[in-house]
Amino acid sequence: MLTREDVEKVAGLARLKLTEEEISEMADKLSQVISYVTVLDEVDVSNVEPMAHVADVANIFREDAVRESLPREAALDNAPKSDGKYFLVPQILENA
Amino acid sequence: MSISELTTAELQSGLQAGTFSAVELTQSYLDAISRREESVGAFLTVCGESALSQAAAVDARRQSGEQLGTLAGIPVALKDNICTAGTKTTCASRMLENFVPPYDAHIVTRLKAADAVLVGKTNLDEYAMGSSTENSALGKTRNPWDLQRTPGGSSGGSAASVAARLTPLSVGSDTGGSIRQPASFCGVVGMKPTYGRVSRYGLVAFASSLDQIGPFATDVTGAASLLEVLAGHDERDSTSVNRPVPEYSRSVEQPLEGLRVGVVQEHFAEGIDEEVASSIRAAIEVYRSLGAEIVDVALPHSKYGVAVYYLIASSEASSNLARYDGVHYGHRASEFENMVDMYAASRAEGFGDEVKRRIMLGVYALSEGYSDQYYLKALKVRRLIRNDFDAAFKNVDVIAGPTCPTPAFKIGELVDDPLQMYLADVYTISANLAGIPGISVPAGFSPAGLPIGLQLLAAPFEEEKLLRAARMFERETDFHTKVPQF
Repeated sequence: MLTREDVEKVAGLARLKLTEEEISEMADKLSQVISYVTVLDEVDVSNVEPMAHVADVANIFREDAVRESLPREAALDNAPKSDGKYFLVPQILENA
Repeated sequence: MSISELTTAELQSGLQAGTFSAVELTQSYLDAISRREESVGAFLTVCGESALSQAAAVDARRQSGEQLGTLAGIPVALKDNICTAGTKTTCASRMLENFVPPYDAHIVTRLKAADAVLVGKTNLDEYAMGSSTENSALGKTRNPWDLQRTPGGSSGGSAASVAARLTPLSVGSDTGGSIRQPASFCGVVGMKPTYGRVSRYGLVAFASSLDQIGPFATDVTGAASLLEVLAGHDERDSTSVNRPVPEYSRSVEQPLEGLRVGVVQEHFAEGIDEEVASSIRAAIEVYRSLGAEIVDVALPHSKYGVAVYYLIASSEASSNLARYDGVHYGHRASEFENMVDMYAASRAEGFGDEVKRRIMLGVYALSEGYSDQYYLKALKVRRLIRNDFDAAFKNVDVIAGPTCPTPAFKIGELVDDPLQMYLADVYTISANLAGIPGISVPAGFSPAGLPIGLQLLAAPFEEEKLLRAARMFERETDFHTKVPQF
């Protein structure tokens, strides 16, 4: 079962700022799902290779050639904050 | 009969014969939208003006004798997680409420090349996470057969738009049943192709090893025509497979000789509504009457599908959705203390409850100390699920069963019980885990008048067989011809 502390830790990793109410609800609802998935404990998977994807393809390469890409203006168009050249973010380093 | 009640094939021949123009056809669907959309809420964006100008261009080119694409003048609606250059693509999320993609998804390019008329963007569960479209942050979609019920999800808007005859065709995405389940709830045809059959370039990623784009139509032939345009290799999606696309719309009318239909007895065990079970048993009898051999098959690991799915899909989602950081696009909070707090506050404000739950579950399942127990274990059981299908398809051509255990549930009925909502996908999920194609076709109505769907599954890249088998059933029945009155 997930405790409030578990939820707070996971929320930190997930970069999600949860309210007190959300933390309690999350602990409750996630615990239900986690307890449901323990049904997998009854399956014997010894000698079974994990299957990350079903596509019968691996290592698709293309030629390492210069090609057209998204124009800068289009790439910046949806940015919450930009100066027309770069994406702007809050200051990261102190005294910079 | 109005234009908007014709099948895709009838619309195509009407356009070719000059019975009506593409502008008249498009206008008649736009009229249907202005009459009925308010009750259904299928769309997040209706592109009326651009649809009419695309239609006018098709008419002009037809008049000048130009060779036109296979869907020339036919309206198509797109689920709003498919990128359209210059037209908002929101994923029904506050996070992307104002996002205007700078490029078209591969399938949008394909549809334009086929001269289809793009009529609008449809509602969905936020980021395609849900089974009722109730998780949309931007609107409520109702089931045209009963406005108090959900259309299913996550492609609920795409299914409802076709059911209400607001468009003859629409496109959805299916990660655990998100095309087939709403098709079943809304009484239309919906198909999930084989993983790799359709490029995912420009589909906003949810769970990349499971997501697949597919068609909705009022009948199987319409779905075949649309799949033919969507399918095909695209080097921008490295999981898209380079193999020829059959002419599905041509072969679909040919019945299959010596068809072997697999039936899984467990599908009729606990949890299924009796009215659904009896419609599906009757559908299997239709196949028997057509000379098909009915064979029992076992899928012993499918019962673990829901658990495997929620671990894998949530893990992949937690990784895919890490890109929403309030920096490059999407919502940024206005108040925060520092960079990390900006991420956390922007994501908290931008994502809805279910999306947060899935991200949390995924991060937990992948976190140190738990990943072997949850994520890796799920990947191993996934292989066993696929092995079951490989064994089954040695003996049968298709597997037939219910798409969903129940007809459409009421709006609000399961919204506070995520686990019960997840269990609504019990029959559809294993096809995504195994990467195989599946289709839902109308197969009856409950005593209350709600549609019931028959699901057919086939081996990888057997879409042609799947469509032909589905058409054999459709030809013997009239469920797909019923139109909801509201």
